[in-house]
Amino acid sequence: MAFAIKVEGLGKRYLLTHKPRARYSSLRDSIMESARSLGRAAKRRFSDSSTPALSRSEEFWALKDIDLQIEKGDRLAIIGRNGAGKSTLLKLLSRVVEPSCGRATVRGRLASLLEVGTGFHPELTGRENVYLNGAILGMGRDEIDRKFDEIVAFADVERFLDTPVKRYSSGMYTRLAFSVAAHLETDILIVDEVLAVGDAAFQRKCLGKMDDIGQQGRTLLFVSHNMAAVETLCDRAVLLSGGKIVDAGETGRIIEAYSRTWRQGVELRDRRDRSGTGHAKIESISIENVSGERSANIGSMQVLEFVVEVSADADAVGKKADLILVVCDSRNNRLCSLYTEWAQSDFRITSEQHIFRCRIPTGLPLVADTYSLTAAVLIGGVNADKLERALEFEVVPSQGFAAGLVLNPAFGQVLVEHAWEQQRA
Amino acid sequence: MSTTDLSQREFVIEAGGSPRQYAREVWRYRDLLFILSWRDIKVRYKQTTIGAAWALLRPLATLIILTVVFSKIARLPSEGSAPYALLVLSGLLPWQFFAAGLSDAANSVIENEKIVSKIYFPRLVIPLSALAVCMVDFAISLLILAGILVFYRFVPDWHLLALPVVLVFAVLAALGPGLMLAALNVKYRDFRYVVPFLIQVGIYASPVAYSTSLVPEGWRAFYYLNPMAGLIDAFRWTLLGGEFTPWWTGVGLSLGVLLTLLIVGIVYFRATERSFADSI
Repeated sequence: MAFAIKVEGLGKRYLLTHKPRARYSSLRDSIMESARSLGRAAKRRFSDSSTPALSRSEEFWALKDIDLQIEKGDRLAIIGRNGAGKSTLLKLLSRVVEPSCGRATVRGRLASLLEVGTGFHPELTGRENVYLNGAILGMGRDEIDRKFDEIVAFADVERFLDTPVKRYSSGMYTRLAFSVAAHLETDILIVDEVLAVGDAAFQRKCLGKMDDIGQQGRTLLFVSHNMAAVETLCDRAVLLSGGKIVDAGETGRIIEAYSRTWRQGVELRDRRDRSGTGHAKIESISIENVSGERSANIGSMQVLEFVVEVSADADAVGKKADLILVVCDSRNNRLCSLYTEWAQSDFRITSEQHIFRCRIPTGLPLVADTYSLTAAVLIGGVNADKLERALEFEVVPSQGFAAGLVLNPAFGQVLVEHAWEQQRA
Repeated sequence: MSTTDLSQREFVIEAGGSPRQYAREVWRYRDLLFILSWRDIKVRYKQTTIGAAWALLRPLATLIILTVVFSKIARLPSEGSAPYALLVLSGLLPWQFFAAGLSDAANSVIENEKIVSKIYFPRLVIPLSALAVCMVDFAISLLILAGILVFYRFVPDWHLLALPVVLVFAVLAALGPGLMLAALNVKYRDFRYVVPFLIQVGIYASPVAYSTSLVPEGWRAFYYLNPMAGLIDAFRWTLLGGEFTPWWTGVGLSLGVLLTLLIVGIVYFRATERSFADSI
């Protein structure tokens, strides 16, 4: 079978400048920098010590040594944690950025959807934006003319076609934007995390539309944190980590490998993205399942304990300690909080190290998906340490209720145990 | 019809690689060029009551104010028997086009940051579409000029036939530095503040409100290094006919500078556009 995309040794290097400043540089910086390096060069020439010039910038490979062949009609998912290089790979293949080395050969017409509604102008009407967005995505005028009615019907915004999109609800806006992109006629479609927006019903519609794309024998490259969507849409997957392909193969196996990576990675205690007074510090968070084993996965509606290790400094001793764990979905919506105050636990800091255990006897009533915990410690009622996404974990289908079913989050995040009955009326 | 043709198309993405036939690539994206200009024109008069009438009112008001200031207050001399207002207008029109084109093109890429960082297309489309918008304004100004010619009962002679050539050069004059500044702006936002300053100084350094015959002989060669000096002279010559004869050597010098800036602009833009999405 002929390939659609062939990637050989592709890499992307960025230069990180160590300055907590704006991304773009000012002319003065550049002039100063070149003056400085000129000075250094002169210094080197006149001194015999050969100390290397200290550069303020550092190389960073967002993507390195990528080899990949995607056959025509493949539906490939690219998964990995944030910063693994997924978006960079998509940007390289869609020619938005240029690789630093290697090459990729693309056969056929390629369109990429890295964002929903790129170029939408708030002042323009829905009708005008369809044409604008279509042209930006690479559709010709006649192609848009031909598809116009279909696009509008799919987005379900017929009545508001001549209203500026700034007056649209965010749902309408997203529907229209996705609809334009979904009607692109291309051989290869690249989609980045666009399902993270819109309501559940529309998400289901989008998944259906993208499934059609696959059925028509077109090639699909799909990035998402939503493993349920990945599983439905793609038959092959590639796992990226630290800018490299670490595994590739059948989707189910790769998703399993991906959830295993959560056990590795940066230690929580080394993370710097914290806020708070610092009188206490969250050292680690782990999950223990029914049998008291550590686990990265949680069975839906199964007993579990969150175990939080906290260290405290001298100032905190004797003060009241409160913990909050917020369970968030993959889109970072807050689903529920586990709070010592609600559970009427009265804890005090008595030593440098404490372990707090939060037991959920009913388990988490959530459908299978990726979730995260945001955690905070309060000392004397003041936030001492707070970490967003302190722990990411997978909820897997439970053995009990709805056992063996993969529940699409499109049907809702919450799983409630229930029973049905039929009666003759 | 072209679907089979397109699916056979193969392209290679690699470091330092760019479409070999750049002009053809830009041509393929002409729909986008057109629609971006259309967007800018459309958006400009949204939520206004008189709408597109502003397109006529805006340049007319500027022309009247500047003509009054220069002719009635500054009392600069005219050329031959041509009314002074026409002398000013023939300088003001190309100048305004140049100034608007330069600053809009210079800001165009950073203003379309969202698209640049998400979608591929030849980046040249953006400054070109910004210039196209200014060309629409320029066309409206030319209509106003025609009306004023009728008002003064002034009939241009055969020189007017050269007008299209002068207009092409006017576009190229704004394009060269516009491209250069657009590319520089992506990396160094300083240029956002440099451009208005350049334009402010430029109106005095160019023969907008006066005739080049006032420039001292010894300074002439230096004066015409400003591409707009020759361009305005040429425009004036097509319009005022026998009433005004420029120093042709100077005009040639200006055109030389203009074309050099154009080539430098295109080369610099092409060399940097591939990294726009990285540094914008």
